[in-house]
Amino acid sequence: MKRFEIVKGPIEPQKYADAVLHAGAGAVTVFTGHVREWTKGIRTLYLAYEAYESMAEKKLGQIGKEIEEKWSGTQVAIAHRIGELHISDIAVVIAVSSPHRKAAYEANEYAIERIKEMVPIWKKEIWESGEEWIGEQKKKPTKVSVTI
Amino acid sequence: MDWRAKEKTYESECNYMITIRYFAKLKEIVGKELERLPVESMTVAELIECTGNTYEGFIEHVKSCHVAINEEYAQHDDLIVAGDIVAFIPPVSGG
Repeated sequence: MKRFEIVKGPIEPQKYADAVLHAGAGAVTVFTGHVREWTKGIRTLYLAYEAYESMAEKKLGQIGKEIEEKWSGTQVAIAHRIGELHISDIAVVIAVSSPHRKAAYEANEYAIERIKEMVPIWKKEIWESGEEWIGEQKKKPTKVSVTI
Repeated sequence: MDWRAKEKTYESECNYMITIRYFAKLKEIVGKELERLPVESMTVAELIECTGNTYEGFIEHVKSCHVAINEEYAQHDDLIVAGDIVAFIPPVSGG
């Protein structure tokens, strides 16, 4: 496995937690994002994720770097799955270790916000009555690698 | 040029071309995920205009898109040169 990767099969969260665990870590937070059945009253049958894989892995790595600079002593591993995903499947896992718990919680949330903002991954929702590419960038991505 | 010669020069030809990649909704509109333009250099804005004129329905969607040059987000006045890989990045929706 790579620390920052796009995968095509099921995600095993423990692998990413293990990757960031070390003797100096007092806390590890593991976030898993799952496929939800109901969104705004519409029932999802399944999702299809697509990525610009090489760029997405690079951008996940950039998020890792941002976190390690922002919260010292943290380590990060992130994986996002692409392809067809069904209800309750894990779409994304973020593991963050840090000496103390506060940074591990904060950094983990920062990572998912940044993923939703600028990592080139797209989700198509497939319903009984149709399908649609989802996407709403919150703000323009910039070349700046660290935003503190 | 016969096909064998064509095959041989294919790789080096890419150095004289701009490679364009399309994803998600844009891939569906354009009907392909990759194409090559025999252009030495152009700005991002020029590329947007060029593809917008080529594909029906493209221009409405490209407004919400970003463009990446060699896997880094670019600005409209940035220059694309032959050999670069350019990607149209529709609004992302990972997570």
